[in-house]
Amino acid sequence: MINTLTNFHSTTYFKMEKLIAPWPWFITGPIVGATMALLLLYGKNLGLSSNFRIICSACGAGKKNSFFNFDWKKESWNLIFAVGCIIGGFISHNYLGGDHLAGISEATSQHLSELGINSDNHYVLPTELFNADAIFSLKGILMLSFGGFLIGYGSRYAGGCTSGHAISGLSNLQLPSLIAVIGYFIGGLIMTWLIIPYIL
Amino acid sequence: MKPQRVIIYLILGIFFGIALSKGEAISWFRIQEMFRFESFHMYGFIGSAVVVGAICVQVIKRLHVKDFDGKDIILADKQKSIWRYLLGGILFGLGWALVGGCTAPLFILMGYGEYSMVIVFVFALFGTFTYGLTKHRLPH
Repeated sequence: MINTLTNFHSTTYFKMEKLIAPWPWFITGPIVGATMALLLLYGKNLGLSSNFRIICSACGAGKKNSFFNFDWKKESWNLIFAVGCIIGGFISHNYLGGDHLAGISEATSQHLSELGINSDNHYVLPTELFNADAIFSLKGILMLSFGGFLIGYGSRYAGGCTSGHAISGLSNLQLPSLIAVIGYFIGGLIMTWLIIPYIL
Repeated sequence: MKPQRVIIYLILGIFFGIALSKGEAISWFRIQEMFRFESFHMYGFIGSAVVVGAICVQVIKRLHVKDFDGKDIILADKQKSIWRYLLGGILFGLGWALVGGCTAPLFILMGYGEYSMVIVFVFALFGTFTYGLTKHRLPH
């Protein structure tokens, strides 16, 4: 009896340890694809950036501009989904080892170190750029606000972000989504190779 | 909306948040690594999500699967154009690499208690609002 109990405990412990360890992409990627499919079965299309438009509309932007004049309450499921994402982040951070990632390749790590980013890459963000001091420095504020602006502007112009085009759109074999994803990469490559090395 | 549905969308959001977080798609470092082509991780992550998604979409389309309300599942084709996707995509990509996270990670990182993301979020709202104001002047 005691033996069975200890066995039981060691198995649960083992499973918990597995959960807290980094998960391989071939587990997490398919979960994302399956979540999109489940949403379809509930009659909804995955796309997080629509929330920016919904929130603008909910704040009364419809009075100023017709683009925001729509029945946002019909889309409120998406806000609930976004709140779920926030809770998911909280759970991962506190209970699922979301702060101890697998770490990145030696090549990237070395490159970043040359740019002065030496913080532990097993966490999600480099502390040099995202701690309180950095956020409220002029450079930090400019990076975050300009980046945020581009994300909000670009996603709506392109009609979707990574979830709406790269996941939902490509899964539905949409050529426009492929063009958008190519656009994301052109922008991302310009920023990563031509801009970030000079502003960090 | 029925209260059960609120719970379902919330749970699906939580699933999605955990998958993106444990899949390391919310990592600033991983995004840098991806754009520098120095690891397969992010490509495997996005690729496997799309493969599973595409299989599900094909099954839904071929078998005419209905949603849980018994309605047809509508997978609208995106509007045909190049400019809006390419130009909008480039702007988004610049922001993605600059902040090191796209839209969903922005929410997930707020759940991590990363308050810097609140600034990104507020400016993303401002960006979307500005798009609404300038929409008529842009090539679509």
